[in-house]
Amino acid sequence: MSDLTGASTAVGGAPIGGEGPTPDEPATGGKERSASLWADARRQLVRDPVFMLAFVYILVVSSMAALPGLWTSQDPRDCSTDRSRISPSWDHPFGFNTLGCDYYAHAIYGARPSMVIAIMATSAIVLVGGVLGLLAGYYGGWVDTIISRIMDIFFSLPFLLGAIVFLTVIKRQNIWTITLVLFLLAWPTIARIIRGSVISSKDLDYVQAARAVGAGNGRLMFRHILPNAVAPMLVYATIVLGSFVAAEATLTFLGVGLQPPAQSWGIMISDHQVYFLEDPWLLLFPCGLLVGTVLSFILMGDALRDALDPKFR
Amino acid sequence: MGRYVIRRLLQFIPTVLGTMFLLHYLTSLAIQFSGNPVRALFGDRTPPPALLEAITERLGYADPCLDQKGNPCFGLFVDRVTDVFFRFDFGINLRQREVTELVADAIPYTLKLLVIAMVFQTVVGISAGVWAGLRGGSFADNLVKITTVFVISVPIFVLGVLVREFVGVKFGNVLRGQAWVPEVIADGMFSPGFKPDYPWASLIIPGMVLGAVSLAVTARLTRTSIMENIRADYVRTARAKGLANKRVIGVHTLRNSLIPVITFLGVDIGSSMAGAVVTETIFNVPGIGRLVTFSARTGESSVVVGVVTMLVLVVLIANLLVDILYAVLDPRIRYE
Amino acid sequence: MSTDVNVKMDAIPGLDPNAMPLQVKDLHVEFRTRNGIAHAVNGVSFDLRAGETRAILGESGCGKSVTAQAIMGILDSPPGFVTGGQILYRGVDLLKLPESQRRKVRANKIAMIFQDALSALNPVFTVGFQLGELFRKHRGMSRRDAKARSIELLDLVKIPAARQRVNEYPHQFSGGMRQRVMIAMALALDPEILIADEPTTALDVTVQAQIMALLAELQRERNMGLVLITHDMGVVADVADRISVMYAGRVIEEAPVEDIYASPAHPYTKGLLESIPRLDLKGQELSAIKGLPPALTNIPKGCAFNPRCRYAQDVCRQDPSPPLYQVSPVRTAACHFWKEVKGDE
Repeated sequence: MSDLTGASTAVGGAPIGGEGPTPDEPATGGKERSASLWADARRQLVRDPVFMLAFVYILVVSSMAALPGLWTSQDPRDCSTDRSRISPSWDHPFGFNTLGCDYYAHAIYGARPSMVIAIMATSAIVLVGGVLGLLAGYYGGWVDTIISRIMDIFFSLPFLLGAIVFLTVIKRQNIWTITLVLFLLAWPTIARIIRGSVISSKDLDYVQAARAVGAGNGRLMFRHILPNAVAPMLVYATIVLGSFVAAEATLTFLGVGLQPPAQSWGIMISDHQVYFLEDPWLLLFPCGLLVGTVLSFILMGDALRDALDPKFR
Repeated sequence: MGRYVIRRLLQFIPTVLGTMFLLHYLTSLAIQFSGNPVRALFGDRTPPPALLEAITERLGYADPCLDQKGNPCFGLFVDRVTDVFFRFDFGINLRQREVTELVADAIPYTLKLLVIAMVFQTVVGISAGVWAGLRGGSFADNLVKITTVFVISVPIFVLGVLVREFVGVKFGNVLRGQAWVPEVIADGMFSPGFKPDYPWASLIIPGMVLGAVSLAVTARLTRTSIMENIRADYVRTARAKGLANKRVIGVHTLRNSLIPVITFLGVDIGSSMAGAVVTETIFNVPGIGRLVTFSARTGESSVVVGVVTMLVLVVLIANLLVDILYAVLDPRIRYE
Repeated sequence: MSTDVNVKMDAIPGLDPNAMPLQVKDLHVEFRTRNGIAHAVNGVSFDLRAGETRAILGESGCGKSVTAQAIMGILDSPPGFVTGGQILYRGVDLLKLPESQRRKVRANKIAMIFQDALSALNPVFTVGFQLGELFRKHRGMSRRDAKARSIELLDLVKIPAARQRVNEYPHQFSGGMRQRVMIAMALALDPEILIADEPTTALDVTVQAQIMALLAELQRERNMGLVLITHDMGVVADVADRISVMYAGRVIEEAPVEDIYASPAHPYTKGLLESIPRLDLKGQELSAIKGLPPALTNIPKGCAFNPRCRYAQDVCRQDPSPPLYQVSPVRTAACHFWKEVKGDE
């Protein structure tokens, strides 16, 4: 994943900025179902095998990150070079790496920094991007102009390049700086989605009606307009989580992300490229875990979008 | 149309300044929090103070505003901008070589790589998208949908490493073992990295890796666009006019469907630049991307900042051209 | 891509110049969707004489547009399929013709105009291009000749400054002008039959009148048959010779226009007429037909209208649905109790 704007176009074209779901709208002509969009969506998702598989995978990886002790009793730092690069066996399913550490344990502990960074950064951009997008879309005028211009500027800077610059100059490469740079460079993605949703929600009849009976700005924003934005935001937050995991791995691989002795799948891949011919599993296991995680997030996002987009019904 | 172009040009200038300021602010902020980067360039060795001072001056890092955390350093910014635009000065590296020189050396390789990637992603991406879009719901459509999701999900460096190892090393070794395979294929195209002897052939596979993600997005975009447009009212009108199916699709539908795709390809230049960084590093191509990575690893922030500034300017110009192209393609935009 | 030069009548075998221009016999169209089979057209029959205007009247979803598309052969297929009946153009069943021959009939002999001209015209090509393409592809004309003919056409439909406007794009025209462009496009190859699918629904009332007047004039000049599909009874009264009223995919009443307005013989038609707001009944409650039209995947047994009908009896709720009773030599109505409905007046 080399550019985050790729994430928004990755799922087939235009970002969803359009009609949000209108909850509790009964179906016309035929059976009257007063189910809300969310209940319908949940029903559809539970029946979707792809979504459920992806969801389970993410749960597994999250538990690896949160409670590594559940998955392995080995200490990834317990290394001795005389066990270097021993092939996988029943006790040590991933074998040993070049330094003689249990590779399986490395893989489990390696999940944590990636997931933590992704979750922290996503939460931050949802909060900040969401608020700014809401303000820009709702108030319009010069507030919108300023925020939109700032967003345009951020979009012009290719994500990876900006991240490399920042991390190189700051020279401290740890979870916090990486989270910071991901947040700094990616908040416009969510802001744009929210802004688009708010702008189209403003024109909806029931919002005009609420305003006509005297609802104040705050109430309008939070009770009437924001709920419409939740669906596209949820979809994009899911996809963005996946692309953040990929982005951190990429930065780490290039050498500007996490550094040893921190554990991360990116480091595992980067360190073991050269051993591919003799011991291919050293490269393939972390690749598999990483691709699985990113793929799961993206598939979940796709499924969520299909389930929540009323146009597809 | 003329008014539209002028308006876009007027918007372009503040965007350029704004983006450059963003870069500048990122770097200033980082310096303010972690000290003079020039010192770190030398690693463990202690540089002679005169040299340290000379480089610091030259790069403008002596400015006192860099001692205050959060100061946007406008004065420094203005200096930078005048340096870039009036003197084409993008900074120097550790050995005091101009960044512009370093880039000039590296550019030919990157350009070759980009050309291969763009041709690959455009031709294959659009074809696959059209093929799938016209056969909605069929095997072809599902095939394209699934493969593109995979390609997009695999981080480009994983794709690059795996391709290099499986195709360049493993498969390449097999080819190199056979006597009947021509050298340009065995040593050129399937070499695990860049080979100066085969400047184009050895870049074919790296180019395909670079274009892979964009190809997937292009294919999906084309597919969606075609599927939307096939159901459009004007397609029904075209059929009602008794036109042959080939014309209805090939002329009427395609012309509308390709508008978002072509604009995407233009905007994609930015992510191609970023992707080139990863691809060149993996395949050892002595281009701009690898220059950035190596400089980043050794902490030569001046080079990184200079090269990235240049790349960003290129991206901005490309975006401007795409905006104008969009108006050429879609007459509804021209008269806004 | 073949260019059909000078489509000749004898290019299509079996054409009988003395037969009626259009005869639809017992047409059935169904849509196979995820939610089941939608029976969009269930045995529709009507005919059209030269120079006549036949109105097809009905609410949204009654199958009138689908009928029109089936006649033209431009149904979205899948999911739509013609499952029965005949469409006779001068004695030749269009449904049995291969696509290449059907294409020759389209636009040359039977043309169609659509409701929303903005979305029906291709936004990225000039009006001149879209008009000229008919001449270039069907008549083999050169670009220059095609353009000249296009300008003539725009003059014919009374678009001012045709010479300049021929190079403009659809979104640069107003709604009424755009509809005129569509009419021009339909008449380009001098068809014998024009099918107009809700041509004025998207327009203002004053513009509506202008467009209908234009259509009437052009029809008279060319002795062209017009199939007018609409839900607007006001438009129909002025223009139509005979009316077919459709409901749930069936024709439920057919009559000359004066007869229908004077004494409708089907409860649905009667309900439609009664729901027109009348000035002399000002101050009283507006009358409407209660209920909603059925979903085409779930048409009621017996007479499709029975759940909403105030004349309904048990026989109406059972299959088979009412046949078309002969109300008079020139009228039919699909209601078991047409005499009462008619007599009620």
